[in-house]
Amino acid sequence: MAEASYPQDLLYHPEHDWARIDGDVATFGITWHAQDALGEVVFFDPPAVGAQLTQHEPYTEVESVKAVSDVIAPLSGEVIEVNESLAGAPEAINDDPYGAGWIVKVRLSDTGQTDALLAPDAYVALLA
Amino acid sequence: MSDTRVSLEETAMQRDRAVTIFEKGAPGRRAFVAPALDVPEQPLDELIPSHLRRRAPARLPEVSEPELVRHYVRISRRNFDLDSGFYPLGSCTMKHNPRLHERVAGLPGHARLHPLQDPARAQGALQLMWNLERALSEIAGLPHVSLQPSAGSHGELAGVLLTRAYHADRGDQRRTVLTPDTAHGTNPATVTMGGYEVVKVGTNAAGGVDIEDLRAKADRDVACLMLTNPNTLGLFDPNIEEIARIVHDVGATVYYDGANLNAVMGISRPGDMGFDIVHFNLHKSFTQPHGGGGPGAGPIAVSDRIEPYLPHPVIVRHGGDFSNGSTREFDLDYERPKSIGRLRGFQGNYGCFVRAYAYICSLGASGLRDASETAVLNANYLLARLRQLGVCELLPPAYDRICMHEFALTGGPMKRELGIRTLDLAKRLLDYGYHPPTVYFPLLVEEALLVEPTETETKETLDGFAEAIAEILREAREDPEVARGAPYSTPVRRLDEATAAKQPVLRQAL
Repeated sequence: MAEASYPQDLLYHPEHDWARIDGDVATFGITWHAQDALGEVVFFDPPAVGAQLTQHEPYTEVESVKAVSDVIAPLSGEVIEVNESLAGAPEAINDDPYGAGWIVKVRLSDTGQTDALLAPDAYVALLA
Repeated sequence: MSDTRVSLEETAMQRDRAVTIFEKGAPGRRAFVAPALDVPEQPLDELIPSHLRRRAPARLPEVSEPELVRHYVRISRRNFDLDSGFYPLGSCTMKHNPRLHERVAGLPGHARLHPLQDPARAQGALQLMWNLERALSEIAGLPHVSLQPSAGSHGELAGVLLTRAYHADRGDQRRTVLTPDTAHGTNPATVTMGGYEVVKVGTNAAGGVDIEDLRAKADRDVACLMLTNPNTLGLFDPNIEEIARIVHDVGATVYYDGANLNAVMGISRPGDMGFDIVHFNLHKSFTQPHGGGGPGAGPIAVSDRIEPYLPHPVIVRHGGDFSNGSTREFDLDYERPKSIGRLRGFQGNYGCFVRAYAYICSLGASGLRDASETAVLNANYLLARLRQLGVCELLPPAYDRICMHEFALTGGPMKRELGIRTLDLAKRLLDYGYHPPTVYFPLLVEEALLVEPTETETKETLDGFAEAIAEILREAREDPEVARGAPYSTPVRRLDEATAAKQPVLRQAL
């Protein structure tokens, strides 16, 4: 994805992660800005299904040609599904960060935590 | 474009596919033919038992001597090195390696000394190592030195193992090691290898350690703080004494990563700042061919409380008392019950010791200080020159202070205004005959460019480099595709780093 984009239906964490919330389940990934700053992602080590994530804490790492970076959990909860296709094709994180590049699906332990996340406009303002 | 530097024609070197020596030659061809045997022939079975011998001959290259020489000369010409051009690679101290050092290291007494030689017959080498230890001790401001670690990262590992041994000896269990978010990647890697957990400390607005964050994180779980000063932003931390005090107050050690020692030799000493353990990069600050060009040496200097745990053997000097019948002034002491053990076969890379000692003796104390002062002056001159040429409007300093021996620029404005990234600028610099500075490090600087010119470069070289960057930015304003497609004139064009990382070809099929 060559052009910056920040979909309206997502919530954003200031550490450049997004969450798509559907009831008490959320999908996590990294933002367009994050993948652009990282450069081409070459390796992704998925967390295990069942892992407990804590809001604001790292839950996995992505490796690009430039650096290895922590990925921060925007919300707390239990991993119920992992994007297995990223293991063989981590570049999906660059090509389609909000679609095929999703990282995990999580059953949220506290939906009230979304108060700490940013709306698209607020996240874009943070990047300026 | 008439500029030959953007010619899309393949150059002769790009057409010439690099091959390994195994793909050259022909069966039976030889570079050397042994003379006829002039002693009675012994059956092979009497010399080497048959079960220890190869069943089939080893597959070795079969080439003539001219093929052999040309092959390696051709490969060497595809390389960029310090002897062919300016190499301002930040945090790497790519300074000139005086030729005198090669001459001294090549003396037969040094170069031909067998590593298993009995200490009694290697007194000169032990004396040189002992003298080098004393000199490094004085430079560090710490009383004890081990020359064993053979790289900066190896020195760091030694430091973490020493910290572990120190705490264990006091029956003190600790879990974490603090490192600033500006740290070299080797710091957190070493911490993990040493069995500790990394806790990152933030950076304040001035580019130094965030004291409040440090205070909040310094607790009784902390074994050590690993710090580089000046740090990887090229900035000296004026709060260093307070930082050391905070860490000592919780009973932890303070480790000095000597990667940036080239800024402070003979000016400030880690020991005086309160550090317990320091590593030197002899291959950086004390001149050796390095960066794929030669072996390294990462000696450590430590305080009295760390000394019992040093790697063994340690070099000892019998102070002129030979009444015990010994004829050795210098010896190797293996009787070190609290030692963390051996870190290296033999005594380390001895050739590095000879070169470093030659460097220290050539310059003397005041010369070392001059070298550091000139390194700092050159970095500040280059930054001022870039500013004068308008470069800093697109590549401003990440922290606008007087720098030490290197400075970090951010390519953020360049990316937004010209549409080229730091990587493009770096690749284009190759066409201008310069090795690019370090890119994308430190990680907290957006589109980082870390420039370390060193003291051995002339004003003309620094001016030429600054003008090349200004020219690349002018060119990108007209046509950003030029930089995006660079390099054009190098032995290979832009490499596909992502595929190289994902599908590395590590073996050559023969």
